[in-house]
Amino acid sequence: METELSNTLPQVPSSAPIRKRRRPWASQRWLWIMGALGGLLLLQEAVHWVFLDGPFLQGPYYYQILILAGINIILAVSLNLINGITGQFSIGHAGFFAVGAYTSAYVTYYFGATLRGLFGFLPAVVQDSALLIIALTVAAAASAVAGLLVGIPTLRLRGDYLAIATLGFGEIIRVLILNIDAVGGARGFSGITRLSTFFWVALMVVVSITTVRHLVSSSYGRAFAAIRENEIAAQAMGINVTRSKVLAFVISSAFAGMAGCLFAHFTMYLHTNSFTFLRSFEIIIMISLGGLGSTAGAVLGAVILTILPEVFRGFAEYRMVIYSLALILIMIYRPQGLLGGTTLKKKKPVVTGTK
Amino acid sequence: MRLNPKIRLIPFTFFLLPLLVLGSILMSCGQNSAEEANIIRIGEFGSLTGPTATFGQSTAKGVDMALEKINQSGGVLGKQLKLFREDDQGKPEESITAVTKLINKDRVVAVLGQVASSNTIAAAPVAQQNRIPLVTPASTNPKVTEIGDYIFRICFIDPFQGAVMAKFAYNSLGLRKIAILRDVKSDYSMGLANFFTQNFEALGGTIVANESYSAGDKDFGAQLTTIRAVKPEGVFVPGYYTEVGLIARQANTLGLNAVLLGGDGWDSAKLWEIGGTALNGSYYSNHYSAEDPNPIIQAFVEEFRAKYKEEPDAMSALGYDAAMILADAIGRAGNTGADNIKAALATTREYQGITGNISLDEHRNALKSAVVLEFNDGVARYKETVNP
Amino acid sequence: METFLQQIVNGLSLGSIYALVALGYTMVYGILRLINFAHGDVYMLGAFTGYYISLRVHGFLGNAFLEATVVMLGAMIVCGLIGMAIERFAYRPVRRAPRLTMLIIAIGVSLFLENGSQLLFGADPKFFPQIIEERRMLFWGVTITNQQVIVLGVALALMVLLNLFIHYTRTGTAMRAVSFNLDAAKLMGINTNAIIALTFGIGSSLAAAAGILVSLNLPGIDPLMGIMTGLKAFVAAVLGGIGNITGALLGGLILGMAEVMVAGYGSSTYRDAIAFLILIVILLFKPEGILGKGQVEKV
Repeated sequence: METELSNTLPQVPSSAPIRKRRRPWASQRWLWIMGALGGLLLLQEAVHWVFLDGPFLQGPYYYQILILAGINIILAVSLNLINGITGQFSIGHAGFFAVGAYTSAYVTYYFGATLRGLFGFLPAVVQDSALLIIALTVAAAASAVAGLLVGIPTLRLRGDYLAIATLGFGEIIRVLILNIDAVGGARGFSGITRLSTFFWVALMVVVSITTVRHLVSSSYGRAFAAIRENEIAAQAMGINVTRSKVLAFVISSAFAGMAGCLFAHFTMYLHTNSFTFLRSFEIIIMISLGGLGSTAGAVLGAVILTILPEVFRGFAEYRMVIYSLALILIMIYRPQGLLGGTTLKKKKPVVTGTK
Repeated sequence: MRLNPKIRLIPFTFFLLPLLVLGSILMSCGQNSAEEANIIRIGEFGSLTGPTATFGQSTAKGVDMALEKINQSGGVLGKQLKLFREDDQGKPEESITAVTKLINKDRVVAVLGQVASSNTIAAAPVAQQNRIPLVTPASTNPKVTEIGDYIFRICFIDPFQGAVMAKFAYNSLGLRKIAILRDVKSDYSMGLANFFTQNFEALGGTIVANESYSAGDKDFGAQLTTIRAVKPEGVFVPGYYTEVGLIARQANTLGLNAVLLGGDGWDSAKLWEIGGTALNGSYYSNHYSAEDPNPIIQAFVEEFRAKYKEEPDAMSALGYDAAMILADAIGRAGNTGADNIKAALATTREYQGITGNISLDEHRNALKSAVVLEFNDGVARYKETVNP
Repeated sequence: METFLQQIVNGLSLGSIYALVALGYTMVYGILRLINFAHGDVYMLGAFTGYYISLRVHGFLGNAFLEATVVMLGAMIVCGLIGMAIERFAYRPVRRAPRLTMLIIAIGVSLFLENGSQLLFGADPKFFPQIIEERRMLFWGVTITNQQVIVLGVALALMVLLNLFIHYTRTGTAMRAVSFNLDAAKLMGINTNAIIALTFGIGSSLAAAAGILVSLNLPGIDPLMGIMTGLKAFVAAVLGGIGNITGALLGGLILGMAEVMVAGYGSSTYRDAIAFLILIVILLFKPEGILGKGQVEKV
């Protein structure tokens, strides 16, 4: 595989190799997908029964945590693609999250009724889903475009300059939204309908994880990893570094946008305060806790950091202190994170001296 | 051969996570069923910390006093009222979390809260969707009760408050040129600025400058310099006390000689601490005055002083009224069904509150009079009462 | 015209605040190549330490100048020690790890200080006592306060002192050596740990001084005040050329001016965007900043 990689370069990411041979179940893929969808639908019913209609007094509260955990997983997994796998440190993820949230909310708020009219013959649940699919598409597209616009100029930068530039872009996006009156401006955007259900969140979680996983094991993924390990060497190998970086960035942004859409249509209210760079930090903490570069780690980090604050709600003030201390200690004593190293096992130690 | 974290992922998302959640549900269940029969759960959310902290703290004092009184005299429907209070730090997005938690986790039958309109506007849809009545003591923006039929308020609304201050500025103070400095982060400030502008211009006055800031700003020099250039006779600052104090101070530093005017967002003991003498000779509209000789008010002020060793501000009085009206409605509803409470709240008529005679109209707003106060050396002196 | 001149004064006043914070930022970056996100929070700690000291001192010493000096020195010492502690316990263990590890730790330290302070001081804004009474001066219709003059004066003085210190003392020379090449400096017999700790100490006490001077000017202080100011000070440092002390001052003044002009003649809601816009433009077209020297990324 390595030789193939270097042979097909300079235009590596032109087509991903299709490796039918290694997927014995590939012929039954559709069966698998349908089965999984069916399973998810059943799970959705089960979750609804348990949490919302069930005998548990506090069911809806746990349902909310479940949904937020799912949204955080999408955010963490997608940020991990750029920060962990491609090694480009971005602190602007909240910006793309915001773009997705606001554009999709804009669409459903202003055109929701019209769109519903188009498929008014369908039952209400299907209408909701159709609307959400449109919203998700719009969110992903808008965030991808934003990612492209931000990525092309900034990804030439390296290390902390890139970090600070993405942070700057994230904040600029936020200030721009702050000045758009149609989405409530600085006062917040209320009146969004609730469309996100467990099914859709879980589905997007699965989609984001599989996409990233497949990407990682494709030739693109190897290009990403090569860039992370040594950008100059990767370039020398013929990888189109800028293009690969931008690609990773755009995909990552698109998923952040979808997470934003699910978030907007769950909380039904958006405020620019939820999308400051502190939100980006939070996602970074998730992936560093789980282990930079590890998808499983990103999932674990997101789940832990969604549940933990709720567990600590009783002493809420302490929770962020514990958070930050844990982050510092983990980075000092286990810089590879909880699950880091599982995916990076093959990686040789990076020799980076302080200059 | 390369990466295989899939095996670890599947159990995480679909097995371990639900298990974790289910486990904690089971743990939290069945703790308090015995006590449950004798209490009615009421929720309150407010800014106990943050830049509008005195709003939340004052309201909480009023609510506590009301509930204590009710519970001492036997409670409502033979049950004690139990309050669940959440802090939203003054942030609208936190208000949503707080109200969701009150409704979903604490299972309250009704919610009291917020002073800042933006926070109530953010959280009210949660109450509306869960069909839980929400009574706001002091959110004056008209949009609040437009959110739905479960949202009530016991204070006047900004179109009225804007008119009161416009009339006061034009007629009583004889001002003709006024500049506006509004907070773009607050629905309250934006709305009140507009209603003031409409009324002031209708009277024949002119708005000579329209500047803005964002809550949390500390430096207002640029905006105030622009305002100074057009030489207004008055500056209307419909913001919250933290920024208003700093604005007053910096306006004074810049030598801006204009009367400062504001709304009920000024009502806080902290205002004086921040703004100091720069605030002397400014005016603001409010819900009530502790100086009002009305015996109902004086009895309340007396009781409040005895309990907390301080003067009750308007937020305390409104918090007290809101809790009392809610308890009254639950009593009239006959049970704690949310729809019954809602129906009873909607028919609140001629309730003798501290902040006036409260009747809710068909839009679930209260029609009440406002007072104008003059601020001098840390004391807000009663100036006049304006009826709707 | 009068208004425009006043806006320039406002801009200089705001800019000198950014400049003060940027001085420390630029020093730490110069020596460790680390964006010390916690710097803005040390600035906040400085303001709070000053606040608590002045609560004890205010009115007791009788002399405003003496009081101000005590408050200032006290806060600078406390924050200098805090800065050294941060370096010792958070950054030193990972000095040889990839730079991003350090960056994440810096974020962690910043969050820790913010949330710790919220716990310790409460989240409500506090109001800094007027230890130096405000005096207004009027020049051709332009108002200038003594506090604004003090902030700008202190920023200028510190800049000159730091430049002298770095270029004309043995310790300063050692600092420059460490910033060029840590390992080579060590081989030359420089106690690099001590030098780095000292840099953090100086940088942090500068932040504390900034915190107090700013609080004199704009008396509202809260535990989150350092976030935006710190970030903008970093922008100022990058703008002027990171690692360059004169650049930090210049960057701060330009940034303050730009913000005030946007708020005064445009819309105040865009004032936060202008800083980041400048940052990005600078990063894209002249990443070494106005006064910085170009650097080639070493392999």
